[in-house]
Amino acid sequence: MTIPKAKAVALISGGLDSLLAAHVAIEQGVHVEGINFFTGFCVEGHTHAIRKQDRSKPKRNNALWVAEQLGIKLHIIDIIEEYKAVVFNPRYGYGANLNPCLDCKIFMVRKAHEWCLKQGFDFIVTGEVIGQRPMSQRKDTMPVVSRQSGAEDRLLRPLCAKNLPPTLPEREGWVDREKLYDFSGRSRKPQMALAARFGFKDYAQPAGGCCFLTDAQYSSKLADLWRSRGEKRYELDDIMLLKVGRHFRPKPGFKVIVAREEGEGKFLQGYRKQFLSLSTTSHPGPLALIDGEVEPADIELAARLISRYSKGRNEEKVEVEVRQPDGSSHQLRVQPLAPSDIPEAWHL
Amino acid sequence: MSNIIVDARGLLCPMPVIRVQDCVSTLDAGELVEAVCSDPGALNDIPAWCRINGHRVVRTQEKDDEYIVVLEVGEL
Repeated sequence: MTIPKAKAVALISGGLDSLLAAHVAIEQGVHVEGINFFTGFCVEGHTHAIRKQDRSKPKRNNALWVAEQLGIKLHIIDIIEEYKAVVFNPRYGYGANLNPCLDCKIFMVRKAHEWCLKQGFDFIVTGEVIGQRPMSQRKDTMPVVSRQSGAEDRLLRPLCAKNLPPTLPEREGWVDREKLYDFSGRSRKPQMALAARFGFKDYAQPAGGCCFLTDAQYSSKLADLWRSRGEKRYELDDIMLLKVGRHFRPKPGFKVIVAREEGEGKFLQGYRKQFLSLSTTSHPGPLALIDGEVEPADIELAARLISRYSKGRNEEKVEVEVRQPDGSSHQLRVQPLAPSDIPEAWHL
Repeated sequence: MSNIIVDARGLLCPMPVIRVQDCVSTLDAGELVEAVCSDPGALNDIPAWCRINGHRVVRTQEKDDEYIVVLEVGEL
């Protein structure tokens, strides 16, 4: 009689650790499928690919690419709405920026656990390593993730399992504890050596992590958005727009988003039915969106601001088209702002 | 049989993949899905998703600023 394989779902971020952890489980004969959660804050090649100058770089989604290397299915789950509660009110607080890493890990493992129960899978695999960044990967927080997620001992961390108490998959013999690892600390060398041993040569090593919330500048723009609204609130479009363009806030309730180049301009064009938009017509220049309730003087200021970033920046006057969300438009003729006219405090 | 259209214009990856995935999960093997996207990354991601999940890409097309992927649903 053939004993059915144990079934595990592996959290796949697209980085090296989750690739290795899943591979370790597969090597031990476990049937593994991947799961990847999209929060809206994920750093993906495509977000950068909005910018035309980056279009020559690979546009692959690293989670899909990892799944393909492993030869496993990948389920990408949209958790944008549910994730808001994690970002707004993290029980374990934020990291250096607006990154709620521990709450995020608990949430994702809980969602994976729910998925397992629904799909009849036995356990969860993550690429966590004690002592690695972010803060969710400390020896004292590992049990917190297992407990608070509800996964308990159905959560296996193959890369550091030998430093932790045996889990259900180990006790049941679904995996051999002796063939798991005891990595700890911030060094990446053990993972790179293991990758070489497994024959993985090309893998993503995102320098700033896989989440925009770990980025100081992005977090500052998100905090500004919440301040301007008087509450912690966002929609997907809001957090996507924070990834694009130069952001200026000349006064509360009035923000200007200026495309930095053609690719971003095209992306912002898609929002012209939601926002007041401006573009220079007498000279090549960027597209800009205005966010907020504005007066004619604010629109003129925004026109002068985008003229500063047009080819007419040194001209006496630049013509700007102001387009309403309903498609109607009018022209302004304005003097471009000088760099010294743009206070540092406007920059977000 | 006409293609089932997934309009993913204005969405950045991986949202077009998620929209296709959600649509495909409701269909039977052999049905055709046409994803219309504005993110050029969809031309890589949707075929990659198809390969790992057992679906077949029938054709891909780039037209103006739109990227189209037609796929045939495989056995789930």
